[in-house]
Amino acid sequence: MSRATDNPNSERRDFLKAGAMAAGLTVGPGVLLYGVAYSRAPEEPASPDKRWGMLIDTTKCGDGCNECVTACNTENGLSGKTGPQDSQWIRKVHIRDLQTGFELNLPMLCQHCENPPCVDVCPTGASMKRADGIVLVDRHTCIGCRYCMMACPYKARSFVHEPLTDQNPEVPRGMGCVESCTFCVQRVDRDETPACVEACNAAGHKAMYFGDLKDPESEISQALKIARSTEIRADLGLNTGVRYQGI
Amino acid sequence: MASFRILGVWLRSAALVTGMACLATPAMQAVAGVDLPKLERGKGEQCVEDVDTIRRLHPALLKHQRDDTLRRGIRTTRHSLKKCVECHASEQTGSVAASKQDFCVACHSYAAVKLDCWDCHATKPARKPVRQAGALGGASHPTPLWHGASGVIK
Amino acid sequence: MSQQLCINQGECRTSLFLILLALGGVVVLGTLYAFFTLEHHGHVLTGMSNQIVWGLPHVFAVFLIVAASGALNVASIGSVFGKEVYKRRAPLSGMLALTLLAGGLAVLVLDLGRPDRLIVAMTHYNFKSIFAWNMIFYNGFFAIVGLYLITLMDRKLKSWSKPAGFAAFIWRLILTTATGSIFGFIVARSGYDAALYAPMFIIFSFAYGLAIFMLVQASMYSWNRLSLDAGIERRMKNLLAVFVGASLYFTVVLHLTNLYFAKQWDFERWILLEGGLYPALFWVGQIILGGILPLILLLAPRSGNHRGTGLNILAALLVILGGLAQMYVTIIGVQAFPMPIFPGHEVSSTFYDGVVADYAPGVYEWLLGLGGPAITFVLTVIGVRVFKFLPQDDFHAMETHPQRH
Repeated sequence: MSRATDNPNSERRDFLKAGAMAAGLTVGPGVLLYGVAYSRAPEEPASPDKRWGMLIDTTKCGDGCNECVTACNTENGLSGKTGPQDSQWIRKVHIRDLQTGFELNLPMLCQHCENPPCVDVCPTGASMKRADGIVLVDRHTCIGCRYCMMACPYKARSFVHEPLTDQNPEVPRGMGCVESCTFCVQRVDRDETPACVEACNAAGHKAMYFGDLKDPESEISQALKIARSTEIRADLGLNTGVRYQGI
Repeated sequence: MASFRILGVWLRSAALVTGMACLATPAMQAVAGVDLPKLERGKGEQCVEDVDTIRRLHPALLKHQRDDTLRRGIRTTRHSLKKCVECHASEQTGSVAASKQDFCVACHSYAAVKLDCWDCHATKPARKPVRQAGALGGASHPTPLWHGASGVIK
Repeated sequence: MSQQLCINQGECRTSLFLILLALGGVVVLGTLYAFFTLEHHGHVLTGMSNQIVWGLPHVFAVFLIVAASGALNVASIGSVFGKEVYKRRAPLSGMLALTLLAGGLAVLVLDLGRPDRLIVAMTHYNFKSIFAWNMIFYNGFFAIVGLYLITLMDRKLKSWSKPAGFAAFIWRLILTTATGSIFGFIVARSGYDAALYAPMFIIFSFAYGLAIFMLVQASMYSWNRLSLDAGIERRMKNLLAVFVGASLYFTVVLHLTNLYFAKQWDFERWILLEGGLYPALFWVGQIILGGILPLILLLAPRSGNHRGTGLNILAALLVILGGLAQMYVTIIGVQAFPMPIFPGHEVSSTFYDGVVADYAPGVYEWLLGLGGPAITFVLTVIGVRVFKFLPQDDFHAMETHPQRH
């Protein structure tokens, strides 16, 4: 999946290109490349030469399928409850065009904007964007003011309303801080795809693609090149890292 | 006016008594002999730093690591809190902070330093081992070895 | 004169002072109880949620912060614009500005998810965030108004009061601009995202601050068994009428603009007509009780020698009530309206997309929220007892030269 752009693996690049050409959009990410790719060394910081992004093909998103949500909850230790005070990092949204009656389903998650309003408004800088484009909350400096939740146009963030125990050691979460989708940064850093993408592929929908938007050869870049995709609320000019097809 | 004067006398007496109590407390402890925290020995051969260094500098080391990992995506494990927990989780509770005898709590309650690490971080190691980021080397942590009997660090 | 000093310096009527202090103190205790409970159990005990992230505490907090800068206006008219009658009220005005801000900020801080990390907020600044700037403006306000108060009350520093007053005046304009921009800068929500919020909040602050000042002044005069000069009272009530009228004007412009933009129609229909509690609070609370009725009360011709003190006080109370209603609609109403993630679509999800969010403030929010006014009250009561804040009007001179003011 991920490759340091300053150290290109030409053999793999050719392989990828051939694969992408042959299989087009149906190539599942992650699974195919798993084991071939290598991650950056642990002491190497996230690189600004990459930008992690996601492409969601709403035409393949299953009606009533909740696999991405369940996988996210398991991976990140969310309760899965859906009360008004419970955290939801990814949710299935059903929309119907009021004029035409056209309906579709899509998963909604943090859009990992290039110009994230949550990062702009955060008073302490706890809301932050990593060099590779992943938007995170630094819980060490989050004071729980919730201004980022006021500012996010996608309602992507949740506030932890009660004490938590038994967190996933890789995903610290706690009361009084705001949180949201991290693109499963703990998995991405060891070269796996986010849990939702993996689950979507496993369920056979293959509606979600994850990869490096800055690498023109990456599967996601190739897929974006050949079919129209849109940002949600493109009018805001945020340049989201998550793009949708079929809207 | 009178009520104020009485209030003043009361306040002054209260302050005096409190001050005396504060002065007396350490002395009484010295007489009784202080129980040092009893710490369970970690599972590894030795800590990632020598004991004096880690005792003094573990807050700074952890803080440095936390910023490196979260903000920059650096995933070395030498000073990672997760690795501390893996090595120091108690045999009985499986945690570093579940009971008063567990590693972190034992010392921190003795030193009266409040910890908020555990509001967010897991106090127990992962149930199943996860593949670490960067299989291609980097600083590594001493292999955890099972040592069984717990020793008391004085 | 000597009797006044005696009263003002608190040598007399200690029992009244203690009763007032106890009343405020009881509410503050309730606030602290709510704070510690929430810090332990989390915001799960409140009515706030992932949909309504700012609730009743923020209504009180923002109201008090806005009113704080407005309360300083009396001093500014005196020091900056040289009106003698207002100059004598400058110390009281400055002190009220500080106590109101303290009350408002206390609520904001006590409602944080991690109030224990206040030090983080004071040491880590993201200078792109208007919230971070606000922390600087609020702290600076304490410093500048504090210095201004010293120049007003120390005879040796009197000559500095004009520049200090001017600095405080500029600072309060910036501060309220920044407070309004907390909402104006939010691009995501239909009800915000308008530059008008900055000047509108300044006008609101003039009205709320002056209304509170008039109430406090009236209370101090009545408890000290003095009566306010009729000329001064007339000036202040006319000024309040101007501010209330201007507030109504800005509100009308904001909604007219939105009504002109087709994309805002759904929101306007909801907040003005169909949104249940929110249109009620808007029309009855903000517009009628907080705007039109006070205007009538303030501008109604006084018959003969009748000063209409009661009418003025009622008008000031109504302006405060209307201000709280306005903040409730502005802060909670706008959040309750579904966020336009997919304009033109019917939206549903497990995360309450596309539905109006429910909000019912619980007891902890009331305790937190009321703590703001209570803290302001306690500090003000202590302030007026310890220092000479009662306006020192030269009653004799006024009686002989009524045209001087």
